[in-house]
Amino acid sequence: MSGGVPAVRLCHLYPDLMGIYADRGNIAAFRQRLQWRGLALEVVEAGIGDPLPADCHLYYLGGGQDRDQLAAAGDLARKADLLHRVAGDGAVVLGVCGGYQLLSHGYTAADGRRIPGIGLLDADTIADPDRLIGDVVADVTLNGETRTVVGYENHAGRTHLGGGCTPLGRLRKGRGNNGADDCEGAVAGRLVGTYLHGPLLPKNPWMADVLLGWALDHAGSSLDLAPLDDGLERAAHAAAQARAGRKR
Amino acid sequence: MRVPPLPRALVAGAARGAGRLSKRLGQGGGTSIPGLILTRLRPQATAEMALAVPNGVVLVSGTNGKTTTARLVRAALDASGAKVASNTAGANLERGVATALLHADGADVALFEADEAVLPKLIEQTRPRVVTLMNLFRDQLDRFGELEHLADRWQRAVAGLDPSCAVVYNADDPAVAEIAAAHPKTVSYGIDDPRAGRDRLPHAADSNRCRRCGVPLAYDLATIAHLGRWSCPECGLRRVQPDVRATRVELHGLGGQRLSMSTPEGAVELSLRLPGMHNSYNALAATATAWALGLDGEVTGPAMAKREAAFGRAERIQIGAVDVITLLAKNPAGANENLRTMLLEDRSLQSLQARGPGSGATHLQAMQPEDRSLHALVLLNDRTADGQDVSWIWDVDYELLLAGDRLASLTVGGDRAYDMALRFRYAGVDSSKLSVVPGVPAALDAALEAARPAGKLYALPTYTALLELRAVLAGRGLAPAFWEDQ
Repeated sequence: MSGGVPAVRLCHLYPDLMGIYADRGNIAAFRQRLQWRGLALEVVEAGIGDPLPADCHLYYLGGGQDRDQLAAAGDLARKADLLHRVAGDGAVVLGVCGGYQLLSHGYTAADGRRIPGIGLLDADTIADPDRLIGDVVADVTLNGETRTVVGYENHAGRTHLGGGCTPLGRLRKGRGNNGADDCEGAVAGRLVGTYLHGPLLPKNPWMADVLLGWALDHAGSSLDLAPLDDGLERAAHAAAQARAGRKR
Repeated sequence: MRVPPLPRALVAGAARGAGRLSKRLGQGGGTSIPGLILTRLRPQATAEMALAVPNGVVLVSGTNGKTTTARLVRAALDASGAKVASNTAGANLERGVATALLHADGADVALFEADEAVLPKLIEQTRPRVVTLMNLFRDQLDRFGELEHLADRWQRAVAGLDPSCAVVYNADDPAVAEIAAAHPKTVSYGIDDPRAGRDRLPHAADSNRCRRCGVPLAYDLATIAHLGRWSCPECGLRRVQPDVRATRVELHGLGGQRLSMSTPEGAVELSLRLPGMHNSYNALAATATAWALGLDGEVTGPAMAKREAAFGRAERIQIGAVDVITLLAKNPAGANENLRTMLLEDRSLQSLQARGPGSGATHLQAMQPEDRSLHALVLLNDRTADGQDVSWIWDVDYELLLAGDRLASLTVGGDRAYDMALRFRYAGVDSSKLSVVPGVPAALDAALEAARPAGKLYALPTYTALLELRAVLAGRGLAPAFWEDQ
């Protein structure tokens, strides 16, 4: 760990089970973007049977295979009350792919088996034999500002949102929540769920900084996120957008 | 209206002609087109041709190592005097196998490396005599779906095998072992050298839960990713003592290795020109396959020992003043082994230097201080054979390149050069050392230029980037084209 002012404490839930879609990249984005500003990220890992820390500012839950997601779901149910409490207190929660499904009401797998979620996000998912796979470009609105976000999706689930949350983004390319309503992900306050990986944050530094800003705010910090030289990130973002545009 | 299938001889002739045409037009080596045409016109052709091979078909499959293992088995078969039909150029889909069978006239036995997703279909079509199941690692998530779905398909395919077929399998891969153990006739292999292990599973371990009961597996020896000596604390399922096992693995950097093996026929010593522990597994797989085929170990061992690395698998090519070492990096498990092999090579140099001035080793004091700077070219493509989802690069331990502050230049290229650049930026690589050059020929030139003072460049391409790199080198008269590779 390199130095820097301890600024954000992140809880990485089930890093060994729920981490098949480059979730390490999202954690690296949080870490480096703080470090480049002289700040430090502290990561607490919480696996099956581990206690959930109540004092983190940011909680991260990635994607896994169905079987691993089922194992995580059983344990997450025991952490649900505390997660509801910290989320209610203003902590940031980000779920990607399977993590998104676990944060919502649940996931009905292809064989009819139900993997329950913790109902933090008002959304529900049913599997379809056809996987939704490919590049995604979506317009995402956070903090009243709309920016274009790029990513890659690969999921069997069709997710529909209830009234308790709003879509994270409007699709320009890709299939998103269900391939039918042009919506991607879900957001309710500082709770965010999304199917975008690839990973999500290195190519979308604006979104990484919005989430870090929320986490700093929850930490009661007055530290500012100074602008960074994001030339390479912008080039990668532009390349991904051009690539998605060439298809379909 | 149903069209009756065309007669085989007619279709086969046309398909062979198309292959020659493809080669002449510079579209490739004609390793796939004839088979594609043939199977379109006569779907049952593969099964018919396979049946006609007198000593049957051998299929070698797994995420990593199938090309190298098939080459080693090929060397063993050649040494035994058999006439072999095979798809050695890595054309491992149905069409590649059909193409190889088209040219199998007069062959005694057919040996095919099989893409892991296509294996079930090829088992059905070729009714093999031996199937070698090597490993299942996470690879191409967009194409194969999730790993466990692929494992389920393998399980159904193995259940459909004729009981007389021998299944050769890697006992150290828990998913593969569970699938294979259900078959009545098996030969297992694995590594039993405690010094070969690491104390804990690496983060890129994919299959670390029991397929039967879902609980995390325990390991008393972890070798590569999720491979090792595993057991399930819940249901008691555990790795068997392999029939062919490495009792000692001695790695010599990029130069190769020495393996001490215990086989049903007794102890075998094998020196290989192939580096890294992934190649220890390949050699074990090949030895076990040769044994399952009834080949004489006295003859086949020396033949395997002579085999060089397959193209792009730790292959060295001199370009001007620069020694270019190419290591295929197509998924986390394979790429991590390659990085480790490459740094092991450099570490042995380092320890040599550390014993230099002041340590009393006077004969080393006369040595010129070697340029220890590290130069790398990383090429990332996202075509069908690479997988369109490039998430996997975040599970490769590229951070190893930063150890010891030796990284002097890093050139990234390929279709997804910017994704690769971000991977390194977020690993903490200084932007002054990082160049993004999307085209493969230009990226190679930039990397060679940067590496000239050190005289050594490591190239880490994905599969199709390797084909591009090879085409560039072939165009400059520096390497044979990929289809000429044996």
